[in-house]
Amino acid sequence: KGMLIPTRPRLFSVCRNEDLKEMLESSKESLKLEAMKRIVGLIAKGKNASELFPAVVKNVASKNIELKKLVYVYLVRYAEEQQDLALLSISTFQRALKDPNQFIRASALRVLSSIRVPIIVPIMMLAIKEAAADLSPYVRKTSAHAIQKLFSLDADQKEQLIEVIEKLLKDKSTLVAGSVVMAFEEVCPDRIDLIHKNYRKLCNLLVDVEEWGQVVIISMLTRYARTQFTSPWKEGAMFDENNEKAFYESDSEEKKGHTEEKPYIMDPDHRLLLRNTKPLLQSRNTAVVMSVAQLYWHLAPKHEVSIVTKSLVRLLRSHREVQYIVLQNIATMSIQRKGMFEPFMKSFYVRSTDATHIKTLKLEILTNLANEANISTILREFQTYVKSQDKAFAAATIQAIGRCATNISEVTDTCLNGLVLLLSNRDETVVAESVVVIKKLLQTQPTQHSEIIKHMAKLFDNITVPMARASILWLIGEYCERVPKIAPDVLRKMAKSFTAEEDIVKLQTVNLAAKLYLTNSKQTKLLTQYILNLGKYDQNYDIRDRTRFIRQLIVPSEKSGALNKYARRILLAPKPAPVLESSFKDRDRFQLGTLSHSLNSKATGYQELSDWPAVAPDQSVRNVEIIEAVKEWTPTVGKTKQPKSDDKFYSDDEDEKEEEGSDSSGSEDSSSSSSEGLFMYFTMQMFSSCLAAKYHFPRQPCLYQPSMVAVQVILSNSSDHSLEEIHIGDRSPASLSIHCFNTIERLEPEASVTVSMGIDFSDSTQAANFQLCTKEDQFSVSIQPAVGELLMPSSMTEQDFCKEQGKLQGMNETSATITMETANASSQAISKQVLSVANVGVVSSSQNNFSRFAGRTVSSGALVLVSLELKESSTALLTINTEKTVMASMLLRDIKQALTQA
Amino acid sequence: MIHSLFLINHSGDIFLEKHWKSVISRSVCDYFFEVKEKAVDPENVPPVLQTPHHYLISIYRGKLFFLSVVQTEVPPLFVIEFLHRVADTFQDYFGECSEGVIKDNLVTVYELLEEMLDNGFPLATESNVLKEMIRPPNILRSVVNTLTGGSNVGDTLPTGQLSNVPWRRAGVKYTNNEAYFDVVEEIDAILDKSGTTVFAEIQGVVEACVRLTGMPDLTLSFMNPRLLDDMSFHPCVRFKRWESERVLSFIPPDGNFTLMTYHVSSQNLVAIPVYVKQNINFFETGSCGRLDITIGPKQNMGKTVEGLMVTIHMPKVVLSANLTATQGNYTYDLTTKVLVWDIGKLNPQKLPNLRGSLSMQAGAPKPEENPSLNIDLKIQQLAISGLKVSRLDMYGEKYKPFKGVKYLTKAGKFQVRT
Repeated sequence: KGMLIPTRPRLFSVCRNEDLKEMLESSKESLKLEAMKRIVGLIAKGKNASELFPAVVKNVASKNIELKKLVYVYLVRYAEEQQDLALLSISTFQRALKDPNQFIRASALRVLSSIRVPIIVPIMMLAIKEAAADLSPYVRKTSAHAIQKLFSLDADQKEQLIEVIEKLLKDKSTLVAGSVVMAFEEVCPDRIDLIHKNYRKLCNLLVDVEEWGQVVIISMLTRYARTQFTSPWKEGAMFDENNEKAFYESDSEEKKGHTEEKPYIMDPDHRLLLRNTKPLLQSRNTAVVMSVAQLYWHLAPKHEVSIVTKSLVRLLRSHREVQYIVLQNIATMSIQRKGMFEPFMKSFYVRSTDATHIKTLKLEILTNLANEANISTILREFQTYVKSQDKAFAAATIQAIGRCATNISEVTDTCLNGLVLLLSNRDETVVAESVVVIKKLLQTQPTQHSEIIKHMAKLFDNITVPMARASILWLIGEYCERVPKIAPDVLRKMAKSFTAEEDIVKLQTVNLAAKLYLTNSKQTKLLTQYILNLGKYDQNYDIRDRTRFIRQLIVPSEKSGALNKYARRILLAPKPAPVLESSFKDRDRFQLGTLSHSLNSKATGYQELSDWPAVAPDQSVRNVEIIEAVKEWTPTVGKTKQPKSDDKFYSDDEDEKEEEGSDSSGSEDSSSSSSEGLFMYFTMQMFSSCLAAKYHFPRQPCLYQPSMVAVQVILSNSSDHSLEEIHIGDRSPASLSIHCFNTIERLEPEASVTVSMGIDFSDSTQAANFQLCTKEDQFSVSIQPAVGELLMPSSMTEQDFCKEQGKLQGMNETSATITMETANASSQAISKQVLSVANVGVVSSSQNNFSRFAGRTVSSGALVLVSLELKESSTALLTINTEKTVMASMLLRDIKQALTQA
Repeated sequence: MIHSLFLINHSGDIFLEKHWKSVISRSVCDYFFEVKEKAVDPENVPPVLQTPHHYLISIYRGKLFFLSVVQTEVPPLFVIEFLHRVADTFQDYFGECSEGVIKDNLVTVYELLEEMLDNGFPLATESNVLKEMIRPPNILRSVVNTLTGGSNVGDTLPTGQLSNVPWRRAGVKYTNNEAYFDVVEEIDAILDKSGTTVFAEIQGVVEACVRLTGMPDLTLSFMNPRLLDDMSFHPCVRFKRWESERVLSFIPPDGNFTLMTYHVSSQNLVAIPVYVKQNINFFETGSCGRLDITIGPKQNMGKTVEGLMVTIHMPKVVLSANLTATQGNYTYDLTTKVLVWDIGKLNPQKLPNLRGSLSMQAGAPKPEENPSLNIDLKIQQLAISGLKVSRLDMYGEKYKPFKGVKYLTKAGKFQVRT
């Protein structure tokens, strides 16, 4: 293996590696590190160091981080070649996958999944699944990367991997989003259905995703949108102008104008994507800007596309390679949408210091932008370019002038004259290119230009470039009747020089001879025969073939048969003029910004953009049900400049509010109906979005003080950094007595913790307000109990109940007649409903039509007695006896509500 | 995405290779060498090439080719932008991006590449995060390391990667808290023979050097933000705030960074600070030519033009130049055919002039086109667009930082056609 180090003799290299082996086996950390550094140096230079594998792999569990990292580098490089030995290291990684430190877990997964050894596929699979459920978003991100690695190692795992992808797509962390979409694109880009539910979330997270992830997500969403929304282009530009209004305001105005047509209304999700990607045009990352530009190109209504122009033009200030790609894309765009770039025409002016491929692309764009109004400016600019010392570029400019001349009829003559002037240029390539372009131009309008043909014939002797000579000969032959005097003379000259000419020139000479023979045989018969004879013995078989064919075609003989009659029609048939068009025409069949677009051929793994569907698929697939009641807790006032939420720092604030607003309205019922069990009243509240808190009343006696109501709070960290020192700060009213939970030192991202506290509400439903603080921040929290939670059950007999009730008459009695929902008419149902709103005890009753409940207020211990007497046709008399009259009326309301509702 | 990376020097040696997936033989570069050979000038090598099984995407920087190999569809700009980011990182770590320093720091380079991509997808590209994981080399430490066996790899684990402000390290501390901003504007212009402006625009950049303790939250506002037509921001800038209030609000990265780049609205006429009177002639006979250039001040807002320099790429037939400069020095490089006239400060009383004769290869036809002049210049304490910073405020921290703004105008791609 030493042979692979080519410059050194074998013996020496072996010695050298022996040396390294010794160092690796020494007990000194520094020697090992030095050895690993040298080995990595060898790898970097592309030299083989694989025979050191056993010595290196021993150090995989080293404590020294740098040493360990270098061993990882080595391992990943050579594991594929040394599979058996590589297996020795696996257990180390398996152990590290369980490490409490997220970075160690992540790095273990990174290396494990990079070891391309098929035998460990099941281990990798398991590790990926576990990591995908890790609490740390960083580890989850790593697992998304590992998915792709495993997929390329063993494509059979696809189905299982898709399950993991599906799970990770639901992840709310901005860290994970880009990586999982990347995995999606690589493993199952056709599973569009997995995106539906995550679509809005991805749109909303986009601004905060790291820049590389943004590119991948935007590209995927472009493809997604083309399958899910209807075309915003259908009804023509006029209509497009209005649809923004139609979407935001009422469509009444809209309908007046377009009564017949069904108005196009953009799907709000379509709009969401356009709106949320727009700010990214200001990204410093050129790839991000380009991806937004292509998204607008492929998805936005026509009149909105032009907002990307400025940003694209800005990218032209970037590195040469960036310019190249951006110019290619602008070239494609500018063919269809001149207007987009015309105001920036001057940004495409060529500098003498530009690289040739940049110059050519700028030229292409300038040509695309040319119109009647600006053509004189452009032609003036082109005149400078034609003189360029870069001859390839000068030639390209001449082509460009030709294209302008065909596209804009006003300047055809000017261009032709200019090109004719170039025929006397000293540079051969310039002349040749001019001739070729003039030929093409003349073909489009041959009638008026015999002068130019004559001029070219005159210059013929001085022109040496074969392509140019051939073009002139073809021109003279094709239009020989317009230059009857000159044509035979040119043929005469050619007869003289025939043997010395290049093949293409010879072929055109034969063509010229044949055409002249048919139109002017008197003067050219002999010349033609002479040339045909020369061609007959030419070294090139194409020329011999052509000569034989032409002779049979034009010279009548017994064998020549029927074709001879049509010789003139065959050779002098009117020929369509060549179309001068951009090489970027139709390039937008490829998604802009892609490799395929750049190469103009389909690259491996390219995903086609589908056409817009004629009818939009079901829009509701993107709806996400909201299970939790979400209400925003306002952050403390004092800190003015504190950003509202750390997590969504830069996201679209409006959107968030919108969403949250609509969520909470719809979710109140769901929370009350989900208050399952009899003993729990459940409420959830949420801080901005970094620390979420849910609280509920466990309906247990408070351990700390009997006068307090027990409250359980579940704190969860929904941000992606850990929160420290969570504790309770100031409270209001100041007299409020609270038993606080112990300070929580640290709460990892995505982790949650349940704490219990006690609050003395003093038998009042007034909210308890206090500050919940973290190390950096504080939030004001307000817990407002329902009146039923301020009670605790009291057990008593029916007799005691009646006795106590007797004492609490008059002022202390509140009652109402209610009509119950039929479903609640049974005594079990009544108990259930009452217990759901109040923490009271059931008093066993001897009478079927009576239900009784007893409780005491937590703070002062006053009795609260609830009785319900059923009357006919599901009406009932609800009575509450207690000293606490305010509480009585509130409780009455609550119980009444519970019983009258289904 | 990115499969492999090869670093290739000017003479075509591959001196570093790194593979993020399975190993690809370096023979894949042969396709590239073929194209490079044809292109003559390395800048003319197209950045995207297709080979039978791979796609090659390359950038050319610091006389080096960064050649990446990809196997499937990927946005080419994604790769190009990343490669430039790699080059930027080398620059940041080693002070320059050249073959020499990369070879000298091979292990650090390798460690960096390892962290920057995972499976070919960018992982950590923020310099702040990288520096927490891999320390940049410095002489003192490398001496200490060799003595003690210490390492370059940070033993703290990078927290920045997890934070929602990944560009800023946690726990930054300074005794002197300072925030300096440089507003640098470049004039891109093409002037024609007669001195008329064919094309001119101003591109600006706000470079920042911020050394502040803790987590400061800064706002920078301008007197005349309307001037700004199009801009791009560092990811730290809150875009919404700019949209609504036209102020830059951000938690800055630690150290040097580019806060924003901008383009000045094209409606504004661009002030061209100098005029150039030139006369370059090549004669039909006698194989010689004449050159006469004078530069004078034009719209320079009363400031001094410094660092004035003229660069001319002469046609190949020009063998030598025999010139006299009334101010500064000129050099003519015979191999590259580049004439450089380094003038220095422009004195309005005594305009600098360069004149004399050019001798050409005998018998060669006279050049078709006169070479264009590339002008370099600097004007201190002036943003030519008139942009002015009005104030800088800090929130979130209690100390008072030192603040400062400097302005500078430079010539960008400033070309005079002759």
